[in-house]
Amino acid sequence: MSGKLDLDPVLVARARELARRAGRPVVELARSHTTVSVERAVLRLAGVSGADPDGIPWVNRLVDAVVADVGLGHGVAAPVFDALAREGIADVTLLAQKAAAGSVRFQQPAGKAATAARKAARRAVAAGVRQVDRRRAERDRLVKRYGDPKQRPWIYLIVATGDIYEDIPQAQAAARAGADVIAVIRSTGQSLLDYVPEGATREGFAGTYATQENFRLMRAALDSSSKELGRYVRLTNYASGLCMPEMATLAGLERLDMMLNDSMYGILFRDINPIRTFVDQRFSRQVHARAGIIINTGEDNYLTTADAVDEAHTVTVSQLLNEYFAHEAGLTDELLGLGHAFEINPDVPESFRLELAHALLARELFPDAPLKWMPPTKHMTGDVFRGNLLDGFFNLVGTMTGQGILLVGMMTEAVVTPWLSDRDIALQNVRYVLGAAGGLHEDFVPAPGGFIQQRANRVLGEAVDLLERIGEQSLLTAIAEGTFGIMKRPADRGKGLDGVAAHEDDYYNPATEILEAAA
Amino acid sequence: MTAAAEKTIVRPYGDTTGDGMVQVSFTLPVPHDKRAEGAAIQLANKMGIDPAMLVHAKPMGDGFTFFVVYGRVNHLVDLAAVQVVERDFPLLSAKEVNAVVKQRLRRKLSVVGACIGTDAHTVGIDAILNVKGIAGEKGLEYYRELKVTNLGAQVSVPELVEAARVEKADAVLVSQVVTQRDAHLHNTREMSAAFREAMPAGKRPLLIVGGPRFDETMTGELGVDRIFGRGTTPGEVASYLVHALVTSRKAAA
Repeated sequence: MSGKLDLDPVLVARARELARRAGRPVVELARSHTTVSVERAVLRLAGVSGADPDGIPWVNRLVDAVVADVGLGHGVAAPVFDALAREGIADVTLLAQKAAAGSVRFQQPAGKAATAARKAARRAVAAGVRQVDRRRAERDRLVKRYGDPKQRPWIYLIVATGDIYEDIPQAQAAARAGADVIAVIRSTGQSLLDYVPEGATREGFAGTYATQENFRLMRAALDSSSKELGRYVRLTNYASGLCMPEMATLAGLERLDMMLNDSMYGILFRDINPIRTFVDQRFSRQVHARAGIIINTGEDNYLTTADAVDEAHTVTVSQLLNEYFAHEAGLTDELLGLGHAFEINPDVPESFRLELAHALLARELFPDAPLKWMPPTKHMTGDVFRGNLLDGFFNLVGTMTGQGILLVGMMTEAVVTPWLSDRDIALQNVRYVLGAAGGLHEDFVPAPGGFIQQRANRVLGEAVDLLERIGEQSLLTAIAEGTFGIMKRPADRGKGLDGVAAHEDDYYNPATEILEAAA
Repeated sequence: MTAAAEKTIVRPYGDTTGDGMVQVSFTLPVPHDKRAEGAAIQLANKMGIDPAMLVHAKPMGDGFTFFVVYGRVNHLVDLAAVQVVERDFPLLSAKEVNAVVKQRLRRKLSVVGACIGTDAHTVGIDAILNVKGIAGEKGLEYYRELKVTNLGAQVSVPELVEAARVEKADAVLVSQVVTQRDAHLHNTREMSAAFREAMPAGKRPLLIVGGPRFDETMTGELGVDRIFGRGTTPGEVASYLVHALVTSRKAAA
């Protein structure tokens, strides 16, 4: 698959080095800060579950209580397990309930008490991590038993009714109709909730709430579909927004297989504080690495706001940054579903050749990553006939350039949430293209020095130029100044900033310790 | 005027004037067999398509069939009887909004948004303001010439008034989803009264509320300039802002 574009290996190495240079200060920042959501994820691994009668999870109540007494900068693990010992309680959830009632005081333990508390915390969190490990082994077993999809790319379909009990039959029907991966879209605005809702949910806005119980229900349903169909059907949700680390943790505990997890999406598109995002992201990726979850990055989003030709290089830059952050957090190439999209205006001359060039560039820069290929949305107008044609060309690029995961485009994009028939027609489109041209990538070799090679090399060159400029200032400054997706997001602004703290000298996080020891 | 332009009665056009031909597609929740095809023809007939040609029938999943039907529809369209509610402002693209603000206002148009009272549902305000937007349309943050301040949820009315003053708001957008005991109406009245009290008439920002349960005709009663109901898109709000604050104002002056 490599060598079709005649990319200059020196330039490619330079691009990676620049991405590393731009990303390193951000990693340092992430290593020296924590957030309320990271701490809540630690408590979830330690076994705190459930919610109070108002639906506020006990992890939130417990972290809030600890923060009120000792602040966030020490990490909550030591104060919580110190209080557990002092109160003589065995169950952390019970402690959370007592703390919420105001009957427990927290302190940062010192000396022997600190050693004991850390040891107890580590033991509890290790049990949670072992559960994640068991789930990963279970997936490996099931994949072995039922098998992976026969073809590449894997066919990725979305369901989103708002009601988990409606989603389940729709997801199973989609799997039967050929979907290899089911993504349950989240309710609008969930990314800005600073807690994870509890239980099975039947009401959502343009999507279904991501909850541990909904994860469990859908995974169980797809397990029975896998058995029925003789191929392992994967499940996707979102590790994004203010609860990114907790979502990753719940996904690991419930054996989700892919998670949307972009390094900058929340900052740019949801106005979440940059530091919060980078700290949360690093932890969530460490969990994904442990759980064997494929991340899907969100570069397609840049192209929905900016021009897909002029700004093609920002996709490459973001992919390189996502790759650096992912590797640093322990994710291997097989788990890197780097995103990109078919979003060039179809009225642009040679738009299909440009798409081919961009898609092949991503393929060759990241030969071992699955790559997630996203369908047209910006130029889908309600003309469903033209939309179906565009989706066909999108599918063709996907197979000609060896993409790993293909999100099935709907001709009714921008019209309605997909109907049963829309999904059927869309899958028919995919099946036709993969059936008729599934091996075309073997024959497709762009002419040396021709349009496609020139275009790909030019985009790579522009990406290197942009990375050079970012390197001269810093990634945080670049984000503040609107380099990506035209949004300006300064580091001292944005949602969730008050849930960020710098580590104190005695900061302790048993989850990070365990996850980093393995890496 | 030509004869064709005077004609007020028309029929759909396939390939011959007056042939009345249409094409529809739909799904019925029945497995594909002879009876299903008959059922599709029956539906088409009831829709006024007669004769109806069933050109495609395909089973989908368990117990569903997809149909494509062509046929002659017997309904007539009377152009003279067409009634449309005209939007009282033109719908502009993001580019056009930016251009008008830049050329005619010559500064950024400042918008402050919030959910007021105890309402924690930021779905509406975020759909309109966040770049992410809704239904494929970008929110107001995406508009280069708009300066958007999104205060989020559970903002008190005094905080909102203060933020509007600090940001020199041209418009204030308030979203209300919760309607228990008419909370959305009380909150909106409280908000408009506070702005009337705090700022003289000419200095007040344009007050806009939105939410799924508002009656769009209640502006006078609630003391606001505009109400947007369910299904409003960011583009409509942006177009209204330009209309109310730039184009119609300059035209009147």
